[in-house]
Order: sequence, then structure tokens, then C-alpha cells
Amino acid sequence: MHIAEGYLPWEHAVAWGVASTPFVVHGARALTREVRDRPENTLLLGASGAFSFVLSALKIPSVTGSCSHPTGTGLGAILFRPPIVAVLGTITLLFQALLLAHGGLTTLGANVFSMAIVGPWAGYGAYRLARSLLDRRGGTMPLDVAVFLGAFVADLSTYCVTSVQLALAFPDPDSGFAGALAKFGGIFSLTQIPLAISEGLLTVLVVRLLRQSSRGDLIRLGVLTDARVAREEEKSK
Amino acid sequence: MKRSTKINLLIVLAVVLLAALPVVFGMGDHKDEPFTGADSQAETAITENDPDYKPWFSPLYEPPSGEIESGLFALQAALGAGVVGYMFGVKRTRRRLAPEAADTPDEPADTTGEAPVSVPGR
Repeated sequence: MHIAEGYLPWEHAVAWGVASTPFVVHGARALTREVRDRPENTLLLGASGAFSFVLSALKIPSVTGSCSHPTGTGLGAILFRPPIVAVLGTITLLFQALLLAHGGLTTLGANVFSMAIVGPWAGYGAYRLARSLLDRRGGTMPLDVAVFLGAFVADLSTYCVTSVQLALAFPDPDSGFAGALAKFGGIFSLTQIPLAISEGLLTVLVVRLLRQSSRGDLIRLGVLTDARVAREEEKSK
Repeated sequence: MKRSTKINLLIVLAVVLLAALPVVFGMGDHKDEPFTGADSQAETAITENDPDYKPWFSPLYEPPSGEIESGLFALQAALGAGVVGYMFGVKRTRRRLAPEAADTPDEPADTTGEAPVSVPGR
């Protein structure tokens, strides 16, 4: 769930907009380069953006008794790296702000910062870390685990950032920033935990299906390495 | 059923359960309005922390009713799902028609590439 239209003081709105702009511009360049230099990936690229479109349209009930929606940005971050997701996420947020009155134009900068920048980067970091740790062990099936962690972290960190953004703008009259962070964290982050698990599982599902239908793409994108494919084939013989 | 297909179905089942269980166990019953959006709860919390705050901008376009809004959300999901489904359709067809193409040189078309225990057809 994004910060609603008009619900950030204008100074904050401007500051988050300024913070997000370079990431989106850089991402737009990366996206153009990707489409120009590797047109064979365009279909998968579009599907990654579409995945985020689907997941952020699904409002799912959670254990806290409220609803929220996943972000779907982890998949794109894992496949195409975070800069490109900054653009894909911004497109999703714009669609929702303009047509659905969900999120908003004045809060777009803040929402882009959480969902399209911090979330994908944190998720990508978690994915890379998990991969390097698990790969060193030489196991054959750690990819699912790394993908799950990447998507889970991308989803959950997005809403932790949202909580921080609101706590900065609206500190608690008595307990200040910390009290407000606990309050907004309870609303956003706690609600998000089961949803982040769902998003992790769905992202794993998509990557598993991709391994069946388009291994070549995954190898080209560096998600599957030749070494891993060789290991798995060795084991399956 | 192939092992990887079973795992995939279990994943789908887990996602469905994660969404259904909070409702089944009535985890929203303690609220006046169960299962509202986290964003509208945040709006309430903002007003608590800063009673004088007035949103200074309203959406340019607001769906005139809940029905239209949910329809637009469904449209968003449908567009996304359509593209994802199209992509899988294209990839699958490509693989079926050209198993020897660069995509996967020495794998039979129906290999899961997944099952560490046994790969059918080998």
C-alpha cells in the first residue's frame, strides 16, 4: 500500500522526488540500452514489468486484519538488476496514481523511492548474498532459496521504507520519530510479512517455470551459470 | 506427476492458504472494519499524530465507485497476467518447435531441468 495522495507535507514530497529522480533517469538509460543491445530479452523484460503489475493489483488479507498488496519488483531485480526496475516500478505506480487514486502524484517520489528503488536494491542484495553463500557450498538447489529471499526482502523492505517515510513526516507528539515508526511499522510492515512470503513463493514459481521453458534466457542473464547447469546435469544422470 | 510439478502446485497452495487463513480465522474481527487497506489505516494514524494535517492535494481522477475501482484493479491484474502468460506461451512454443535451437542444446523438450533426483526420459 502506497502513501496516499496529499498525505506527505510538500517539503517531504519534493525531497523524495529529488532523491528518486536520478535513479529513475539512470534506470531509463539502462532500460534503453538493454532493449537496444539485447533485444532477445525484451519479452522477458516486459513480463517482469507485467509481473509487478499483477502483484501490485492484488490486495490480499493479512494476519493483522487488514489488507495490503505485494510489489512484484523482486523478480525484475533478480533478472535485470535494480536500475531497470526503478523504471518498471515507476510505470506501475503512475498507472495506479492516475487511474486508481491509489498512491498519488505528490507522493510518487516517496513511493518510487520505497517500491522501485530501495526494495529492488535490498532484494537484489539479499539474492546476491544468498547465492554467494550457498554457491560456495556447491549445492545444486540453492537458487530457489536465493530467489525467495530476494523477493521477500524486496517486498518487505519496501514497506519498512514507507513506515520510515511517514514516521519522518508525522512524528508522534509524545514519543517522536521512534513512536511513530513503531505505529506505522505495525500498520505496514507487520501486515506485509505474510504477503512478502507469498511474493517470495510466487517469484520462485516464475523462476522455476522459466528454468523449464527458457533456460537459455536465464543463462544469458547470469541467473543460471554454466557451472550450475553442468552440476545439475551431472547429478541428474 | 513430475516432482517439480508437485513442488510448483504446493507453492500455489501455500500462497492460497496464506491469503485465505487470515479470513478463515477471523483475524480482522477485532476491528470495526475488518480487512481495510493498510493505506487508509495509515491515514487514520497520520490524523492521530498530527490532528491539524490536511491533505493538500487530491487525486486528479478518482473512480466514482468501489465497483469501478475494483474493476480497474482487475484490469491492471489482467493486463499483467496476459503479458506474463503470453511470454510463457511464446517460450514454450519456441522450445517445442526448435528443441535443438540455441536455447537448450542438449535437453529434451520436456525436461524439467529442476528435479535433482531424477529427470524423466533419461
